[in-house]
Amino acid sequence: MHEIGIASSILECVEAEARRHPGAQITAVGVRIGELSNVDKDALDFAFDALTRDTPRQNLKLVVDWCPRRQKCLDCTEEFNVEELELSCPKCGSERSACIGGTELDIAYLELEESCAKP
Amino acid sequence: MREAVEKKVLSENDRLAAELRLRHREQDILCVNLISSPGSGKTALLERTLASFAPSRPVAVLTGDIQTDNDARRLARFGFPVRQIVTGGTCHLDARMIDRHLNELGFRGPGLLLIENVGNLVCPSSYDLGEAAKIVLLSVTEGEDKPLKYPGIFHRASLMILTKTDLLAHVEFNPDLAFENARKVHPEIESIALSSRTGDGFDHWLHWLNALQQKVQETAPAINS
Repeated sequence: MHEIGIASSILECVEAEARRHPGAQITAVGVRIGELSNVDKDALDFAFDALTRDTPRQNLKLVVDWCPRRQKCLDCTEEFNVEELELSCPKCGSERSACIGGTELDIAYLELEESCAKP
Repeated sequence: MREAVEKKVLSENDRLAAELRLRHREQDILCVNLISSPGSGKTALLERTLASFAPSRPVAVLTGDIQTDNDARRLARFGFPVRQIVTGGTCHLDARMIDRHLNELGFRGPGLLLIENVGNLVCPSSYDLGEAAKIVLLSVTEGEDKPLKYPGIFHRASLMILTKTDLLAHVEFNPDLAFENARKVHPEIESIALSSRTGDGFDHWLHWLNALQQKVQETAPAINS
């Protein structure tokens, strides 16, 4: 459900970018998705395939960079990945840290190919 | 050739939500977004909340469901403007729906705008509605580990409300463990336990809401200065 909306927002963005690059073939779209974004990989792949199948975008590849939750220690400034919800700092043991990553839901880049030689 | 884009996937929703947030600030509106699983007691919480308000208090309610206007009918009994958003299958509210229904409702601040999201702990957490605070509800008939299973929403919520505490005698539920799990995901999350049926703990909630509204009004920008 949710992933259909995400996939369709990604495709809307691709179309908007495509208008800025007339004549170029968009072969892939790269996105960053954080683990706190509640996006399921299989559901997103399924939604993306369903929305592009039998359309001019059916060969468009979706490349996902899955981002772990990251915290920054408020005492010693160490930055660390969170595993198993362990929020205490691995360096100094402090329990005080701020979330600095894991909520990403970003379109990072497009792969473009010039589809024909310029006249 | 790689071309950097660097755009939020939900940038259109985020743009509209930022507009709503600015409008709320200009009009001194406190907007809160209530999120929970289906059946955790969002509507019951709103019923008792509205019943406690003076009839002259400027309050409006937007309530989202996939089907039926049952909740709006339940909430309209208290005399405040209420509007049902029937999403027709969509599992969350988005900023565009709020914008449209708020315009149709004609609600202008200063005041309080209560949004009851579609019952779902997953999708609503990604969609900014321009609220000042997300509030997540968890009832004692669910599991204490819900914050661990659905970290996204507990991470984004400012307040967690444990509901249906009148049932604690009949179910095996450890409130301390539930709050501890929520703080594992989000150390700064505030917490309140209450029963919308008996009213136990309700003063705490009303105090939280009124304090936030006061804070929002005190920090409202002097737009033309």
